[in-house]
Amino acid sequence: MLKIEGLTAEIDGKQILKGLDLEVPAGEVHAIMGPNGAGKSTLSYVLSGREGYEITGGSVTFHGKDLLAMEPEERAATGLFLAFQYPVELPGVGNATFLRTALNAIRRQRGEPELDAMQFLKLARGRMKELSMPEDMLKRGVNVGFSGGEKKRNEVLQMALLNPSLAILDETDSGLDIDALKIVSDGVNALRGPGFSALVITHYQRLLNYIVPDRVHVLVNGRIVKSGGKELALELEAHGYAEVAA
Amino acid sequence: MPAVTETIETVQSVAEGGYKWGFETDIEMEFAPKGLNEDIVRFISKKKNEPEWLLEWRLKAFALWKTMKEPDWAAVNYPPIDYQDAYYYAAPVQKAGPKSLDEVDPELLKTYAKLGIPLKEQAILAGVEGAGESPADGRLPIAIDAVFDSVSVATTFKGRLEKEGIIFCAISEAVQNHPDLVRQYLGSVVPQADNFFAALNSAVFTDGSFVYIPKGVRCPMELSTYFRINAKSTGQFERTLIIADEGSTVSYLEGCTAPMRDENQLHAAVVELVALDDASIKYSTVQNWYPGDAEGKGGIYNFVTKRAACRGKRSKVSWTQVETGSAITWKYPSCILQGDDSVGEFYSVAITNNRQQADTGTKMFHIGKNTRSTIVSKGISAGFGQNTYRGLVRIGAKATGARNFTQCDSLLIGDQCGAHTVPYIENRCMSAKTEHEATTSRIAEDQLFYCRQRGLSEEEAVGMIVNGFCREVLKELPMEFAVEAQKLLQISLEGSVG
Repeated sequence: MLKIEGLTAEIDGKQILKGLDLEVPAGEVHAIMGPNGAGKSTLSYVLSGREGYEITGGSVTFHGKDLLAMEPEERAATGLFLAFQYPVELPGVGNATFLRTALNAIRRQRGEPELDAMQFLKLARGRMKELSMPEDMLKRGVNVGFSGGEKKRNEVLQMALLNPSLAILDETDSGLDIDALKIVSDGVNALRGPGFSALVITHYQRLLNYIVPDRVHVLVNGRIVKSGGKELALELEAHGYAEVAA
Repeated sequence: MPAVTETIETVQSVAEGGYKWGFETDIEMEFAPKGLNEDIVRFISKKKNEPEWLLEWRLKAFALWKTMKEPDWAAVNYPPIDYQDAYYYAAPVQKAGPKSLDEVDPELLKTYAKLGIPLKEQAILAGVEGAGESPADGRLPIAIDAVFDSVSVATTFKGRLEKEGIIFCAISEAVQNHPDLVRQYLGSVVPQADNFFAALNSAVFTDGSFVYIPKGVRCPMELSTYFRINAKSTGQFERTLIIADEGSTVSYLEGCTAPMRDENQLHAAVVELVALDDASIKYSTVQNWYPGDAEGKGGIYNFVTKRAACRGKRSKVSWTQVETGSAITWKYPSCILQGDDSVGEFYSVAITNNRQQADTGTKMFHIGKNTRSTIVSKGISAGFGQNTYRGLVRIGAKATGARNFTQCDSLLIGDQCGAHTVPYIENRCMSAKTEHEATTSRIAEDQLFYCRQRGLSEEEAVGMIVNGFCREVLKELPMEFAVEAQKLLQISLEGSVG
């Protein structure tokens, strides 16, 4: 489903990714762990197509297509979703408007019929209930005045509505208390199934108690240096990156 | 559902882009000779069958105008205007009172259809008697006065409004039928000598709308004027006068478009509003005159004087404007807050893209006690556009307890455009309070990327962020105008990113 081969990328002339290989089959959840500066966020931005990163080598195929040749919105329509580490505020833009516009933009690109306001509200309310989100979050400006936990929950709500085939969660656990962590994890777990894969990027093993990964990869200095099952996360927690990666 | 939540999907339907109102209607027209002199003033007055006092009033204005100098203090640049090289009167040749759609000039009909005015109203607009005084589809009707170049072609729903004692007609008609009202109020808010363009307008104004709402009447529908410049080398000088008598309420909308031409055309309007005790006037404008092409060739010079007198106690005037068109906009809708406890509001969105220039804002004169004013201005600059907010808040010595709040926000798209804020505050009263807030921001790269990651194209993302930026102003517009305005914002910014 997602296949990364020998990916190298730099920002402002500084090489961050140095030949990264990774394969995520359909239906699997993979965790990427690594120390600060290893290239975790760079990987998520390169995969989602953010400007400012220069791809200097390697390839990424997504559903058999050349991911790197696509515009960010095409990647979204193809099924890639990035849950941001720092969700962006859009003052004056209502959350409901934003979500419906995004959903319809993606449905349109996929050749699916768009949802009208009533259909959308019904869908959104259902998902919000599952995520224990108060309904007034639909009326507020996108992420404006949201607490850290609310922002992350809003990301998970968007993910639930857009129904991606690959979700990249970029340190979604940072800044979350244990209750919010549980709600967010439940949201991700609810999507798990044969058509849903996830790349969970995190510093800490804690999140992986809730979202149990099929595979764990260790990213150090722009490359995957070790891969294993979920027990690898515990090993990292106990011994640190330096020892495990050595 | 609030109109703002409809934003992008309505925008999708107008994705064909460009200035789609830029067509020209080929219709038999009657012109006055080119140029400006006393004879032209007399010609216009005669054409309108005006009483002697009004001709004298015009001639006085013309004499004053000749002694005046074009203002040069606004932050706009344009080559000198040759006032002798334009037509001051142009009107479609119309048979008197066509009885059915078949008799109306088909070109005029087509124009209305293309401008998106619904068929039911279309029958009325083209002057067919008795057509559709009450709409069948249950929508709230909007009474429309359509001004085509120099004349008002028709006014709808007159019969129904008359039942309430409301007068809504072309100003030329009001001069004939309600001369006392016109004479009492014309020039009472914007005197002939007020400024260069107001003097010019006073001399050669050709048509516009007249509204009188009697005591205690709440106008049952939105009143609207649709201005269309069609003829070449023609200036449009319309004059609008709205009087809200004691305890009355009215909401008035104004829309404008023009064909795409290489030449610059002058539009110098005067709007006067009078609100008596406890009266309230809401005046909304969506200004979409042709802005010129990407290189700045052509477009309308929009030099407009709009002013409201809140004469009565507890009277209220609210100006809302969405300015997307015109090559140059020079416009400061103002409020004279004379009556104690009167309220003035100004909500504005001004967009300048390509080579457009806008110098716009408001003036709030606090004279009465406990007068309040609110100013919210949103300027958006893209391309090489230059956008200036210029405002004056003047609080007189007797305006005890007066309050003003001003907020000016500027949004920049690209790095070749400019935003300027020139607020003047003059306070002569110790107990008055004024507040001023101003921000300037750019559409951030992370905002764009966030939207695109969610599947929006770059232009959709810009449209959405801009609409969010303008939300406080757009929500002041009547529902149907708000949707229209949102579409316009998007279209006006096309090609401004990437």
